[in-house]
Amino acid sequence: MERATYVFDRVYLKGTGTSVGPLEKQGPLGEYFDRDYENNYCGEKNWEAAERRLLSDAIIIAIINSGLKLEDVDLIIAGDLINQNVISNYAMRDFDVPFLGMYGACSTSMQTLLTGSIFINSGMFNNIVVASSSHNATAERQFRYPTEYGGQKPPTMTFTVTGAGAALISSIPSSIKITAATIGRVIDAKQKNPNDMGSAMAPAASDTLIRHFRDLNISPDYYDMIVTGDLSQIGSQVLLDIMEYENYPINKLHHDCGKMIYSEDQKVFAGGSGCACCAVVTFGYIKRLLDTDQIKRALVVATGALLNPMMTLQKETIPCIAHAVAFEKCEVKP
Amino acid sequence: MIYLNAFLVAGTICLLGQLLVDVFKLTPGHVTSYFVVVGALLDSFSLYDRLIDFAGAGALVPITSFGHSLLHGALAKAEEMGFFGIAMGMFDLTASGITSAIIFAFLVAVFFKPKG
Amino acid sequence: MNKNYTEIIKKNQVKPRYLRKSIVAFVTGGLVGVVGQGLSDLYRYVFHLDKNNANSLMTVTLILITAITTGLGIYDTYGQFAGAGAFIPVTGFANSMTSAALESRSEGVTLGIAANMFKLAGSVIVFGVVSAFVLGAIRYLFFH
Repeated sequence: MERATYVFDRVYLKGTGTSVGPLEKQGPLGEYFDRDYENNYCGEKNWEAAERRLLSDAIIIAIINSGLKLEDVDLIIAGDLINQNVISNYAMRDFDVPFLGMYGACSTSMQTLLTGSIFINSGMFNNIVVASSSHNATAERQFRYPTEYGGQKPPTMTFTVTGAGAALISSIPSSIKITAATIGRVIDAKQKNPNDMGSAMAPAASDTLIRHFRDLNISPDYYDMIVTGDLSQIGSQVLLDIMEYENYPINKLHHDCGKMIYSEDQKVFAGGSGCACCAVVTFGYIKRLLDTDQIKRALVVATGALLNPMMTLQKETIPCIAHAVAFEKCEVKP
Repeated sequence: MIYLNAFLVAGTICLLGQLLVDVFKLTPGHVTSYFVVVGALLDSFSLYDRLIDFAGAGALVPITSFGHSLLHGALAKAEEMGFFGIAMGMFDLTASGITSAIIFAFLVAVFFKPKG
Repeated sequence: MNKNYTEIIKKNQVKPRYLRKSIVAFVTGGLVGVVGQGLSDLYRYVFHLDKNNANSLMTVTLILITAITTGLGIYDTYGQFAGAGAFIPVTGFANSMTSAALESRSEGVTLGIAANMFKLAGSVIVFGVVSAFVLGAIRYLFFH
């Protein structure tokens, strides 16, 4: 395996912003989100406009929380699930900042974060905002069925999180450092069922994790938490089994954003998914755990299923990818 | 009693549909499309009419009856008008269903908003 | 990718609760049949319609109920619960049209609502007409 992990020495997490819908606010992590709405329209006229609002919120809150101003931001890197990344593209009309759009399906949060980190570590950028969003209705109507369709969803299906998460990363020191990142490669586990993306994505997550540990020559327990984006119930178990089989057991350390964001009695089948799943849990909850010293080191692996409905109808299997970013608490030098 | 028959026949057809979705991993779109063909098939052997006599609405409510109605209308018109009656009469019995579905779907879409 | 991973994935597959779903589909579907029969009898014996008109009106009534409950956002809850008990009866057909039209309203009336109405129900109509034509032609030509 070639080396795919990059170590940073001057990238800091300066501020984060999260904005979510009502179901996420009512979930177990509700108190960790900065902004929420009463319904998924978020005061807008249609679903796509609602998702743009969530994304804009997250970016603005991240900038405010960082103590910097919009003028200090050199670049915004953002992505979403909707065709041609229109949510991000159109939301950027309100921000006079150079922009790079990215697509990584549900791995977009860490894909944008690691890209921004590499840019900052190069010394050519000072402050970058990375952001991603997803919305239950925009994803349903694009990838699956109309939102009022009465079809029966199987228990393996995941529920797209309505929300957006953004982070401002900077060369200005803060108490949370982004120390390393591993860029994923496309892994096809020969799974054909789009209703069970967790199983398809788990091998990609394991590939990135193993390369991360091997490249840095560390064992999983270097971290206090290893958090996957949205493998949810079934995919998480597949990942644990694979990692044990490969002699890198992560059972005691593993958490999954898709499992954390909703509670048992919120009817969400196998758990949460979508770009926002990993984004809001990482930038809302994991960040707070680091801030308050409940953990010192966290590895977040966002997973993405890189399919669309046409590929499924053409009987293709589902290629997936996983990107990992390591966060560590550090001393702020005065 | 026709109510019991209606319950049993409608229930059984739905049960078959559920098994096709669960065991054979077909989508509702697939299953309904195939069941319409089954309804037309049963009518071509004059069996569907007997099912309707036995179970009343239990045989009319499932989507299979749509296939039956299409074929039934087609053949009835063909009796009168010859071969091209098949095309002319096909929607005779299903017209009210399709028309009302279009009208109601349109009105609901105009006056309601999806809740997500 | 390691071939053993496929085994691990297979091992973790969740088996759907076939029995429970089948029973629920049977009972809910059966109840829709009973309701249909009740409506048909109502139209025949209380409103004095003849049998064919009563049955047509029964279908129209079920379609109307489905369209309204879809618009109110409650049909999808029934559909998730009932499975085939919702999509096999004509209610499934009506819901597929209404939900598709409703979802596309943000794209306008013509190219949104109107153009997308048959997105999901189209296959049913195509299969129905094609099979009825073939069977009708066979029946007419060989058994007339």
